[in-house]
Amino acid sequence: MGDVAISIQDVSKHFRLYHERGTSLKERLVKVRTSRYDELWALSQVSLDIEEGQTIGILGHNGSGKSTLLKCICGVLKPTSGQIVVQGTLAGLLELGAGFQPELSGRDNVFLNGSMLGLSRTEIENVFDDIIKFSELEQFIDNQVKFYSSGMYVRLGFAIAVNVEPDILVIDEVLAVGDERFQRKCMDKIREFQEKNKTIVFVTQSAEQVRQICDSTLVLKNGHSIAFGDPGHAIRTFRETLLEGPDGVGGTVIDDADPNAERVIEFAPDNREQPIQILDVVLSYPDDASNAYLKSGDPLSVKVAYQAENDIDDVIFSLTIVEPKGETLLSTNTEQMGLHFDVKTGKGAMEFAFQSWPLLDGQYKGSVGIQSRKGGVMYDWKEDVVNIEVLYDGKSGGLLNLPISGSFTTGNPNERGQ
Amino acid sequence: MATDASASSSPASALGENVQAEARVKKTRVVSARVSIPQRLKNIWTNRELLRNLISTEIKVKYKGSALGLLWSMVSPAMTLIIYYVVFGVILKNSIPHFVVYLFSGLLLWNFFNLGVQSATGIIVARSGIVKKVAFPREILVLSCIGTAGVFLFFQSLVLIIFMAALGVAPDWQLLPLWFLTLFIVALLASALGIALSAINVYMRDMAHLIEVILAAWFWACPIVYSFWTQLHARFHHAWESWLYFANPMAPLVLTSQRVIYNAPFVHLTSAGNKGEQILPPWRATTYISWNVGLLVVSSLLLWIALVIFGRLEGNFAEEL
Repeated sequence: MGDVAISIQDVSKHFRLYHERGTSLKERLVKVRTSRYDELWALSQVSLDIEEGQTIGILGHNGSGKSTLLKCICGVLKPTSGQIVVQGTLAGLLELGAGFQPELSGRDNVFLNGSMLGLSRTEIENVFDDIIKFSELEQFIDNQVKFYSSGMYVRLGFAIAVNVEPDILVIDEVLAVGDERFQRKCMDKIREFQEKNKTIVFVTQSAEQVRQICDSTLVLKNGHSIAFGDPGHAIRTFRETLLEGPDGVGGTVIDDADPNAERVIEFAPDNREQPIQILDVVLSYPDDASNAYLKSGDPLSVKVAYQAENDIDDVIFSLTIVEPKGETLLSTNTEQMGLHFDVKTGKGAMEFAFQSWPLLDGQYKGSVGIQSRKGGVMYDWKEDVVNIEVLYDGKSGGLLNLPISGSFTTGNPNERGQ
Repeated sequence: MATDASASSSPASALGENVQAEARVKKTRVVSARVSIPQRLKNIWTNRELLRNLISTEIKVKYKGSALGLLWSMVSPAMTLIIYYVVFGVILKNSIPHFVVYLFSGLLLWNFFNLGVQSATGIIVARSGIVKKVAFPREILVLSCIGTAGVFLFFQSLVLIIFMAALGVAPDWQLLPLWFLTLFIVALLASALGIALSAINVYMRDMAHLIEVILAAWFWACPIVYSFWTQLHARFHHAWESWLYFANPMAPLVLTSQRVIYNAPFVHLTSAGNKGEQILPPWRATTYISWNVGLLVVSSLLLWIALVIFGRLEGNFAEEL
């Protein structure tokens, strides 16, 4: 216990991104002084000790250096400076079935791949049956791998990597492959690894996965380590960096500058005389106004500010909330909510107030519209102007934050009712 | 009851697994920009199983689906041999007796070197898929090429033995161990060249083509189809000419192979006049041995340099490929 499995010491990785790189001798000689490149520090002085038995998630956006770090840990890339000390055998799942030789049978590939992971023949023979069983390829194992479907390919690759019993497992966003049943099997295997006190390092963009299986999480941004610690804290930091756009912190105030232009034209052409317009939409989190994100279960208010050119007495404000995959979660308007609203000339605001936000982690988008009650005239419509970043402190996964509690009893549960 | 039983058995098995895990010695691996060469040699040694698998894969894949399989590895050098024999022995009336054996004893060595270096030069680029995704000592890929060439060398030796038996030519049994040392030195040289060139080839892809041309010329710099002593040595008037010729390490190695296998320091020419003449240099066995020992040192040194070059360049393989 407490032993350091992977010690990352001041690791930096420098890349040169060539604009036009000659790979032939002639080009090299001719362009020896002219070839231009950008300097890029994919990793800057990242230090981290990963203790044995821990499960570490590495969160970061595309280009944050997380895959580079993972490749350095595996040894596929060598850091420009610094070093990584790895204690124990390591199986890297950078790509499943990467070393497969298509002409060979599945059986031969198990031995080839196993030896690539550093195992001797007898060690592979000892786990061979487990590998075949896990991959569920019993009847195809003597077929050439080139005839395998991509799913079978991946299954065999994963089966080898996890069944050779490495001390450390390194996974690069491969959990997203295979069918659902196989994914569940993979997750089970990872749990099994955790129970055996093995070290797991994995890269992901999914905060939900991190929450489910990680002990600690590292957040990378532009090659710098910006947070390391418990997943909740790390995810919060990750979310905050996600929101950091060119205008600094976003999320609390979203104006109507950046809606989908096409849709806007469709519903409310700018040149048309609009009796009422949406000025801006303000999101606020009453419980903690300073946060850039909404905590799951907290109240939320969406305030729609408008400007009316004249008095209108048949106005409906509508709100649509969409989950990350695009499914509509809620589509409502003031009429359906039983509210009647007359608008007077001038500015005003309408507020949608949620007593609590019952959804788990994720980024939810909302659209706001103003329309007439009769005749169905759409006065104004702002697509995706509401951007709700939700952070959930617990560990459960899924979509809904349903109020739930648990209790344990001992003895035969059937006798309890007596 | 049933639940109790399973509950009591599972901690026991978990404990057993823990004990098993503890019993295994943890290997320590350091990933950094500079890894010492002894450490890298050690890494290669621990991955010898992979080397073995890569060689057998290479051979299996090469002859997969072909009816004659490995026989092809003998057919093609036998064909080269026949062509050289017909051209130099029959058409150009070469006066060397048992020319086939003379030719083969040098060609064998050359084929090993040539195939090893040529396939090794392109191997890192050819296997970019695994180089980018799987971590293992990359030198293994190069060594697998040399090893594969070694397997072909073995099969070609069988062909040689058949020829020798048919023609009634016996090798110099006393010097036969020297022949194996010579093969080892060729393997070292081919590895050194292959390791350096394969790494350079990642950055300059012409290397693979360039080496093809160089090897074609190099072949003629070795006394394989001609006799060094009768056809060249007599024309060397200056010491530097000899120096230049023997700057090619393959030349003395080929001569050693001929000395051991062809085993005819002094032969009677079959052509008119019937005057005895040297085909091979009239050196004593000790001269051949010292050549080989010297080259063993030189090629080990070259291998070391090649490993340094490879170590410098391999850090960026995954990006360059």
